[in-house]
Amino acid sequence: MSNDEKPVPHATPESQPYWDGAAEGKLRLQRCAACGLVRHYPQLTCPSCYSSGVEWIDASGRGVVHSWTVAHHAFHPAFKQDLPYTLVTVDLAEGPRALGRLDSLSQDRLRIGLPVQISFPRNGQGVPLPEFTATA
Amino acid sequence: MSPLTAKALAGLRQLLTSIFPFRRLCKRRVALRVARTTKKAAKMSLKGNGAITGIGETAYRRASPYTAFEMQIEASLAAIRDAGLDPKEIDGIIPIGITGAPAEAFVMNFGIPDLRFSALTPMGGASGIAAVQCAIAAIDAGICNHVLIPAGRNVSSGARAGVRIHQMPQFHLVTEYELPQGAIAPAQLYAPMARRHMELYGTTSRQFAEIAVGIREHALLNDNAVMKKPITIEDHQASRMIADPFRLLDCSLESDGGAALVVSSSKAARDMRQPRVRVLGIGEGHPDSPSSITQRADMTKLGIAKCAPRVFEMAGVSHADIDVAEIYDCFTYIVLCQLEDMGFCKKGEGGPFVADGKLRRGGALPTNTHGGLLSQAHMLGMNHIVELVRQLRHQGGRAQVSGAEIGLVTGYGDMGDGAMAIMGRG
Repeated sequence: MSNDEKPVPHATPESQPYWDGAAEGKLRLQRCAACGLVRHYPQLTCPSCYSSGVEWIDASGRGVVHSWTVAHHAFHPAFKQDLPYTLVTVDLAEGPRALGRLDSLSQDRLRIGLPVQISFPRNGQGVPLPEFTATA
Repeated sequence: MSPLTAKALAGLRQLLTSIFPFRRLCKRRVALRVARTTKKAAKMSLKGNGAITGIGETAYRRASPYTAFEMQIEASLAAIRDAGLDPKEIDGIIPIGITGAPAEAFVMNFGIPDLRFSALTPMGGASGIAAVQCAIAAIDAGICNHVLIPAGRNVSSGARAGVRIHQMPQFHLVTEYELPQGAIAPAQLYAPMARRHMELYGTTSRQFAEIAVGIREHALLNDNAVMKKPITIEDHQASRMIADPFRLLDCSLESDGGAALVVSSSKAARDMRQPRVRVLGIGEGHPDSPSSITQRADMTKLGIAKCAPRVFEMAGVSHADIDVAEIYDCFTYIVLCQLEDMGFCKKGEGGPFVADGKLRRGGALPTNTHGGLLSQAHMLGMNHIVELVRQLRHQGGRAQVSGAEIGLVTGYGDMGDGAMAIMGRG
């Protein structure tokens, strides 16, 4: 983070399927192969039954807004051009949450419970990152 | 066990599993066992066994010419002198911060002949109180006698908080999934907690302002505070937005300096140099989903909610007994949330609770009498512990709460870790 480029995610063997999904525009989540619990962010074991068996599912990408913040100060020079931008925390239909940008057209409808849909536009570095759009 | 018996047992277990809902029973049994152990742990109490016998601080500045280690050494020598000890009498060290100088550096510089105990408590701003708990446990177990807890930071010459946290392993999920989207600094990571609180309970920015203004009033009484000018609610409301709902005056400072503590047994403290300040109750609490606020089931609840009932029970005091409070204040909202989580008011009532000046001088719960992280300096909450000891020794200067007998100090860090101590004079 020393230069003016946006920091890029460094995938791990554990998280690679998530980023592969993102590149295809799909939200992929880990589902426990033993008990079926869906979890996010990717991790080694299921916090419920401790199995490390994993199936990756294509999630619906639907959810509702849980909370948000609007960034007015760039804590990194590469984000100055984006100001102000909104980050929404979203309750996904499958259970876990995701964090992503809210698209500019949805800003004025922002509230807890706002139904949203995920997509994965590529940023300046070509990294597919989650963005949410209001669907109601 | 012979292989044959093992095989027979495995077969039997398989048979039983097929007949009984074994898994569900197992889960219930685990839950019961966890509850029982937790109860047992609460009975083995550290209540009143340890004391803070030495405190030391350097000057706090926006930018210091000294390195973090130089200031750590200066504060350590001040704390050891304050306790009436010689550095060679230190036989336990818990340095604050996992990337700073290790215990060995203090052994080298102080010529400590027999270090019997060292540890790390990586909980961000809750590390200091967690270290005190660790120190008292080690002393109580007879491992060592006098534990030094030194902190030092020079952040003006290095990276800002938004860069530093991403070098820490406990932030790796945020670094991979949230940082690339522009969720970089603590202000941005914590803001959704505050926003959710505001939306659910009607908490307002003016209520956050009251916290900032009250703490600034205290800072003006402290010669070692970075901020020197009074502020009003309107100043807060006019300060620029950083990460909605946090304005500039909701955010703590970035500061250089050092602070240190010496922890000893209460028995030893009776004959030491300073008026005795005992730790009556102490604990640490880790929130659900400690490595990701995004995934936390209830993001309006911090780790301190888990340890607060234990700490009050251990100390044997009630909320009304607290004469003075030093509450970790990296952001105004974090003060409000901790007040709720500690049970000073119900969840959601923190806004009205702080709005009537309770936290100010002469209020029912004078809070951050040194000026806190918001207006004295960001010394990872070590300055909060130092200040509580000062208040209970009645060495609080112009900010002294008259007749303070019992006080409380909290720590918060790394996205929600919490720690808390109740201390008493005498």
